[in-house]
Amino acid sequence: MKERLHQLQQEALEKIEQASDLKALNDVRIAYLGKKGPITEVLRGMGSLSPEERPIMGALANEVRQAIQTALEAKQAKLEQEEVEKKLAAETIDVTLPGRPIRRGNPHPLTRVIEEIEDLFIGMGYTIAEGPEVEKDYYNFEALNLPKGHPARDMQDSFYITEEILLRTHTSPVQARTMEKHQGRGPVKIICPGKVYRRDNDDATHSHQFTQIEGLVVDENIRMSDLKGTLREFARKMFGEDRDIRFRPSFFPFTEPSVEVDVSCFNCGGHGCNVCKGTGWIEILGAGMVHPNVLEMAGFDSKKYTGFAFGMGPERIAMLKYGIDDIRHFYQNDIRFLQQFNRV
Amino acid sequence: MFVSYKWLQEYVDLTGITAKELADRITKSGIEVESVEVLNKGAKGVVVGHVLEREQHPNADKLSKCLVDIGEGEPVQIICGAPNVAKGQKVAVAKVGAVLPGNFKIKRAKLRGEESNGMICSLQELGIESKLVPKEYADGIFVFPSDAPVGADALELLNLDDEVLELGLTPNRADCLSMIGVAYEVAAILGRNVKLPAIELHENEENVHDYISVRVEAAEDNPLYAGRIVKNVKIGPSPLWMQTRLMAAGIRPHNNVVDITNYILLEYGQPLHAFDYDRLGSKEIVVRRAKAGETIVTLDDVERTLTEDHLVITNGTEPVALAGVMGGANSEVRNDTTTVFIESAYFNGATVRKASKDHGLRSEASMRFEKGIDPARTKEALDRAAALMAEYAGGEVVGGVVEVNTLKQEEVKVTITLDRINRVLGTNITKEEVSTILTNLQFAFTEDHGTFTITVPSRRRDISIEEDIIEEVARLYGYDRLPATLPVAESKPGKLTPYQAKRRQVRRYLEDVGLFQAITYSLTSEAKATMFALETAKPIRLALPMSEERSVLRQSLIPHLLEVVSYNRARQVENVAVYETGAVYLANDENELPQEKERLAGALTGVWHANLWQGEKKAVDFYVVKGILDGLFALLGLEKRIAYKQAKRDGMHPGRTADILLDGKTIGFVGQLHPTVQKEYDLKETYVFELALTDLLNTEVEEIRYSPIPRFPSITRDIALVVDEHVIAGDIQQAIIEAGGELLKEVMIFDVYKGDRLPDGKKSIAFSLRYYDPERTLTDEEVTAVHEQVIKAVEQQFGATLRG
Ligand SMILES: [Zn+2]
Repeated sequence: MKERLHQLQQEALEKIEQASDLKALNDVRIAYLGKKGPITEVLRGMGSLSPEERPIMGALANEVRQAIQTALEAKQAKLEQEEVEKKLAAETIDVTLPGRPIRRGNPHPLTRVIEEIEDLFIGMGYTIAEGPEVEKDYYNFEALNLPKGHPARDMQDSFYITEEILLRTHTSPVQARTMEKHQGRGPVKIICPGKVYRRDNDDATHSHQFTQIEGLVVDENIRMSDLKGTLREFARKMFGEDRDIRFRPSFFPFTEPSVEVDVSCFNCGGHGCNVCKGTGWIEILGAGMVHPNVLEMAGFDSKKYTGFAFGMGPERIAMLKYGIDDIRHFYQNDIRFLQQFNRV
Repeated sequence: MFVSYKWLQEYVDLTGITAKELADRITKSGIEVESVEVLNKGAKGVVVGHVLEREQHPNADKLSKCLVDIGEGEPVQIICGAPNVAKGQKVAVAKVGAVLPGNFKIKRAKLRGEESNGMICSLQELGIESKLVPKEYADGIFVFPSDAPVGADALELLNLDDEVLELGLTPNRADCLSMIGVAYEVAAILGRNVKLPAIELHENEENVHDYISVRVEAAEDNPLYAGRIVKNVKIGPSPLWMQTRLMAAGIRPHNNVVDITNYILLEYGQPLHAFDYDRLGSKEIVVRRAKAGETIVTLDDVERTLTEDHLVITNGTEPVALAGVMGGANSEVRNDTTTVFIESAYFNGATVRKASKDHGLRSEASMRFEKGIDPARTKEALDRAAALMAEYAGGEVVGGVVEVNTLKQEEVKVTITLDRINRVLGTNITKEEVSTILTNLQFAFTEDHGTFTITVPSRRRDISIEEDIIEEVARLYGYDRLPATLPVAESKPGKLTPYQAKRRQVRRYLEDVGLFQAITYSLTSEAKATMFALETAKPIRLALPMSEERSVLRQSLIPHLLEVVSYNRARQVENVAVYETGAVYLANDENELPQEKERLAGALTGVWHANLWQGEKKAVDFYVVKGILDGLFALLGLEKRIAYKQAKRDGMHPGRTADILLDGKTIGFVGQLHPTVQKEYDLKETYVFELALTDLLNTEVEEIRYSPIPRFPSITRDIALVVDEHVIAGDIQQAIIEAGGELLKEVMIFDVYKGDRLPDGKKSIAFSLRYYDPERTLTDEEVTAVHEQVIKAVEQQFGATLRG
């Protein structure tokens, strides 16, 4: 009897080992552990044993059952695992196929440049002032110290609508209007971005419509050195921390002293290259101290208040920054041009 | 202004400073030197030769065989092709071994069998621009004055060893439109002195008043008029040094009298005019405004019709010059002129500007008057011109000057403190440094405890206020030495206005859902100006447009966006989705500024979404665009206040266009272009929208307020309704919402069907309704009760039946 049990265990374990799927395994379970299985049968024959032998044989039978059960469970787990793996293997996909495309547009490169500049000055405490594109001659010229017949008006040939109304030639009229609104009380600290218009034939370097950003600070005790510090800060944030700036004397009717502002070349670092035409410097801005006539016309006491103003062209900055060779690209809106500005 | 480096040395000592260094110093101090041009374009080995013999070349009609003394050894034989070569001339000879511009090497050669040992040169061959070569030598060799030393360096005699600085003058620096003015500037930069020309004027015993009188009838236009008579002049070439200086400055030499007036113009910045006295036709000069319709034939032989805006010099009867612009042909100095009347005047800039503009005549003279000349030099220049005419035209200066002078010349004085200079600049410049700068500028000044009182010389008309002095100090002190500081005012944080912030969010949203931002022109054609406009007004037209295409301000952004789509399609970019934010311009009264309203518009065409290998492809249609706009309105918190209403608009598809209403007021539209417009722009099915962005962004919306997350389950019921095909979904949805009351939280359309399984003229729309009560779990019975209400409402209002 003992031998028979050992033999059964041996047999069962072998069959479990051989079972290749869950069904086969279940057959083994039924065959050996079922009510009609051989172990039950063996136990039924226990009646013929002596009372001393019975518990021993009972324990042995249980041991055998237990061993088979354990083996069954282990095998079951293994088979189930294999089944899952098989199923997953069948679900394998080609991860190199393209993803479902997400459609994305992007800002115009000029907006990109303008917003970057806006944010930079907002960080320095400026607010953004806007004004009409169709302007009065007064705000576009006269309030900026360009009376009628002033020779400097030649510098900006304009689109007039009537004798007194024109398309603004710069965003400076917004400065004049903003100062006027302040009614002679500082501080004024603004950036004025916007579209401007001049009578130019459109070609690679000219556009009858373009954008401008001007800045204005008016307060008591504003110094020209503040202009230099502010623009140096701007240049470094915009073009890199190791940039430097330089002032060259110039002339604008609405500022005095007036300067042109060069930034050390961000392409070559100042050694000279084709971007900076070998000079190491790139002209980026016009600037100066607000002319007392401009202050006075806007209602500020020029003995008490001083101010600085500066202006720059986003087209030029974008062209330099991105290496764009033709200003017309900005207004043709070729998608193949626009989508090049689609990332950080 | 072209400045000869060598000529400048007559007025300022330039020892130790090259032309290039000088250019850098000038640029750094305020006047941009645009270029430094070396006049010698590479010529070498050219000397003065004396043509001893000239005979016809035996084998060539057009060549001459010359024997030329070049100052070394035996005279040499040179074959010359110039028609004007002649015996006895002093000429420029490029010797054997010489080099001419363009690296042209002169070698011994045989020309048609005759030996040639060098070349007799024209000025063009020596590198001088044709337009500067005196007319008589334009087609041949140049002939030196007879006293030119044989063998001397011809290039030096022609001043080709000079360099020319081109100054880019800003309008305020008209003082540097003269050599003397530049000399003052250079002297100030270098801290050196200015030497003015010495004028040696010998007048005869006669009285100029016996020759001529002057009357000025337009004193405002002409505050100073002076003149002199020089008689017995002999017209001929001016001295070579003068001719070469004129050429260096870009002026072609003519004859001694004309050259002298031009020379003085360059030297003093004072335009002069020389009249042939005998041709004036009277003994008086009257300066007056022209009569309307009066005519004058100017020196360029053009008859010009004048208006009362123009100032003329007359002989009392008829104009003899257009003041400050150009002389008249009738009184022009010619080769037989013997008596010259020299005019030196101060004309009002605006008057000259008007005339020069009206007649398209911008001359060296008119340009100087326009920018403003120094009246203090007017008479000095006249004296200098008369003296030079005596010296170089053999003339005799008649005693005295005719003059009308109503000029009110007030001395310009500026008072400024050292403290003010430093406060404006942010510097610590000392009193001594300021004094040095003012001294170098040759400004007379006194200084008392840091207060400077400066008398501004009349040549510096640009200086009249403190800031002008501050600028002079700053530029000569050097901007490099200016410290870099930041404003020390109390600093408020900067911020976008709510409008600006929202506008940025709108842009980002549209870009993130797939549209590119375009920027197009504001100017358009009259035809396109009002097309698609939400509101129209009388077109605003430019007074002087450059083309019809860009002549009127736009009232809608759509036409130019369609051009963008068309432009891209023409370049094989078939799928285009663009938007623009920008102003449209709506006219008010003629003398008022127009209203500028900001619009948001878009144009979309082609495939909207494609993922072909997964079988997905979606073309842009009305609902794609509507979906984008719905998202936009949701972003702005306006989605519940927006309604779409079927609409008809010019240029739009009559069945596929909706007006968009905000709180019942039209704020835009969306739809498909009318097929005829599509064809016009060469487009396929294209959808557009335009919204009144200003109104949209200025609409107040409530701040976001938290509402509790649902705690109880909601119950969803679906219904499919069969209705007449003309019934619109929006109306049914509205009815459902009204009937559903408080408990109905969401109505969604999930199916629309029209076809075989329904009777003709019918369609079915399926709605999913979600019921929810935030306070408790709804029972089936409660929901059923409300749902029945809903069904009853749609049955009654639309004759809807439930689809089985
Ligand atoms: Zn560089």
